[in-house]
Amino acid sequence: MTALSGTRVVELASDAGALAGKLLAEMGADVVLVEPPGGAAARAYPPFLDDQPDPERSLHWWHFHTSKRGITLDLEEEAGRELLGRLVAGADVLLEAEPAGHLADLGIGYESLAEANPGLVHAAITPFGQASERRNDPVTDLTLLAGGGPVWSCGYDDHSLPPIRGGGFQSHNIASHYAVMAILTALLHRHVSGRGQFIDVSQHAAANVTTEMASYHWLVQRGTVQRQTGRHALEHATQPTQVQCADGKHVCTGALPRTPQELGRLLRWLEEAGLKDELPEAIFLEMGAERDQIDLSKIFEDDEARAIFSAARDAMVLLASRLTSVEYFRGAQRAGMAAGVIYAPEEAFEDEHSVARGFQQELEHEDLGRSFRYPGAPYRFEKSPWSLRRRAPHLGEHNDEVFAALGVSEDEREALRTRGVI
Amino acid sequence: MSEALRRYRICDFTGQLAGAGATKWLAAFGAEVIRIEDPVREGRWDILRMLPPFIDERRGVDFAGGFQNHNVEKKGITLNLRTERGKELLREIIKRSDVVSENFAAGVMERWGFGYQELKAIKPDIIYVSNCGFGHTGPYASFKTWGPIVQAVCGLTFTSGLPDREPAGWGFSFMDHMGALTMAIAILLALLHRERTGEGQWVDISCTEAGLGLNGPALLDWSVNGRPTRQPGMPNGNRSLGPEMAPHGIFPARGNDEWVSIACRDERDWRAFAEVIGEAWVRDSRFSHLADRKANEDALDELVAGWTRGQDKFEVQRALLAVGVPAAAVQKPEERIERDPDTEGFALWPTVQHTKMGAVRTDGLPVHLSETDWRIERGAPCLGEHTEEVLTGLLGLSSADVAKLREEGVV
Repeated sequence: MTALSGTRVVELASDAGALAGKLLAEMGADVVLVEPPGGAAARAYPPFLDDQPDPERSLHWWHFHTSKRGITLDLEEEAGRELLGRLVAGADVLLEAEPAGHLADLGIGYESLAEANPGLVHAAITPFGQASERRNDPVTDLTLLAGGGPVWSCGYDDHSLPPIRGGGFQSHNIASHYAVMAILTALLHRHVSGRGQFIDVSQHAAANVTTEMASYHWLVQRGTVQRQTGRHALEHATQPTQVQCADGKHVCTGALPRTPQELGRLLRWLEEAGLKDELPEAIFLEMGAERDQIDLSKIFEDDEARAIFSAARDAMVLLASRLTSVEYFRGAQRAGMAAGVIYAPEEAFEDEHSVARGFQQELEHEDLGRSFRYPGAPYRFEKSPWSLRRRAPHLGEHNDEVFAALGVSEDEREALRTRGVI
Repeated sequence: MSEALRRYRICDFTGQLAGAGATKWLAAFGAEVIRIEDPVREGRWDILRMLPPFIDERRGVDFAGGFQNHNVEKKGITLNLRTERGKELLREIIKRSDVVSENFAAGVMERWGFGYQELKAIKPDIIYVSNCGFGHTGPYASFKTWGPIVQAVCGLTFTSGLPDREPAGWGFSFMDHMGALTMAIAILLALLHRERTGEGQWVDISCTEAGLGLNGPALLDWSVNGRPTRQPGMPNGNRSLGPEMAPHGIFPARGNDEWVSIACRDERDWRAFAEVIGEAWVRDSRFSHLADRKANEDALDELVAGWTRGQDKFEVQRALLAVGVPAAAVQKPEERIERDPDTEGFALWPTVQHTKMGAVRTDGLPVHLSETDWRIERGAPCLGEHTEEVLTGLLGLSSADVAKLREEGVV
């Protein structure tokens, strides 16, 4: 028994909702992914296995649709809509990211689906929300993150360079997380009320509340944060926190040591690395380590405090220049400082900590006679285990078993196939 | 108050955004979230209690804007866990709670005598959800993090940048947001599990692992094809490799630090865009097809920037959307908060009443539920604001008992 075993989810294939379906499936829900008979658009997204474009070889597809079963249905056809209606009538959750109003126009909107299944939790992700006047405006991950706020805060100190959109389709990831939270909340409510409901998720709104200080500095004191390289966008410029190490890679040094204890630990790390004699300013670290306290807010009045913080930064730059990025990261952490190596994703994946915790998950592709390492669980449940249950489905792979369970005979399925409904 | 989660009580030790953001959701949907804070250090294990922004000239733990933003609709009590009586009272609260949530560094709860084994002894079906940078096991379990460190170590900082420059990263704690959402999902799943089986459990979150999973296709390109993202020309800035699009970028607009994003998804988008531009270069054979535009993307971006540079960013957005091409001004906070019908129309910035700060606008939630929608009306708790209410109402102490506890430094 897991948190979601026996929970039936129907997911209409989309970019925005793909991760939501995966999150539910890997906690035990039976997720049936519905694609048009020609296949979902994302099957054409690179990269591809061995760089050979093919609807069954998209690694984008592979990642976002693990643990789901896949069927095809043409919702523009009456017979397709009728089958979807039957499927949803027996489901707990419908997850979709169709244009606002599209399903209702087809006669399969929430109102009619809920009539047949009052317990249905219907989550609809759209770019701007169901009631928006912009419901027909086209969007992409880039334009959502640019219009929605995150992009304004990301980039370089040099403002002649454009703000930067981070990688990984985060506008979809954010919306998918909120969709899952809302679905689970509705399922908990249904547990006592017996009633389902409709959930309206706006990707634009989701991006807007995923900007940390940018929003609340404006809301609280009408302040506008300005982007800075590799650190928080703030109303006022701050010291850099990225340093290049001896291997050419970067680390995030985190905040400067603030307390005498922290300065003492930095000094000891410098000594252990045999670098104390190369840094004349180390004298200020010694002074800092011996003081009772240092008030960061007095840094502009207290010359000694300023010299101490400046020496701390110098010490970090010197250490970085002699250490690899991983050595710096582990050394700083062992000295009690919150620092981080700036890994490329594959380096993070191969790191000893990820390996030791079993984050790499081997998944069999029996169709290819091979298995591959996938990213693992976002959380560790003691009693309700996350699991990567199967590779992403081929196009229409589970048509027979899913439609047979709905009572569609083999002959009827053949006829539907011939007509291009499935 | 929302009905959805009203029957649950959360004994909440979370702080900052990575933890407090999770229980904000629960509180907004009606759960009773009781923040436990330390009276001696005035709740400053959550550093946001002291940090700007501030609504006016007043300072102190009850006036911090970030803390207020992440803790709306919660209650707050103080308990001195250095004292036996403080621990006793905490045990009594835990007995009456469904969930204990925290995002301290690994090991802090154990040191206080409130690790999972102890929690389970107090209440056998308790749900304990812990959230820290690297999780409670593995070689880095003792390492300390905050948002930017998690982002660095999980690969998200690296994949945000321009080729041949240092990483630009995320200019905010993106992983505090995503860590909070992951934690909220974990709590909700554990509640569902308990509803179905009667069992509580420990759920442990490593924020770094949650972040790693947000770069899935890049990880598979590595584990399947052996192609690293660390290679010349990477990361590819604002361009799009999967799906391939060009032009696809953020271009300068008229004014100081004004930008507009444009994405041509396919040949139809490109032809529509070219028609809007209406200059001779759009017919250059270097840009005829997607493969050509990808091969000549630097030159293409220069020319597009030349077209956008003199124009208002919202005017570019309007002109391109009118012909079906995705485009969006890079909105500044003021623009998206004060003048955007799709945030205001979504009721995204609720005003709460904070006991000392008064009316404050706040981040809302980006969803609406037709039957049991969220409510965000009450501001974050002042330090110890609900101590008396909780100790008398929930634990049955008298006001005199509470006054005595206050004198003894227990609350």
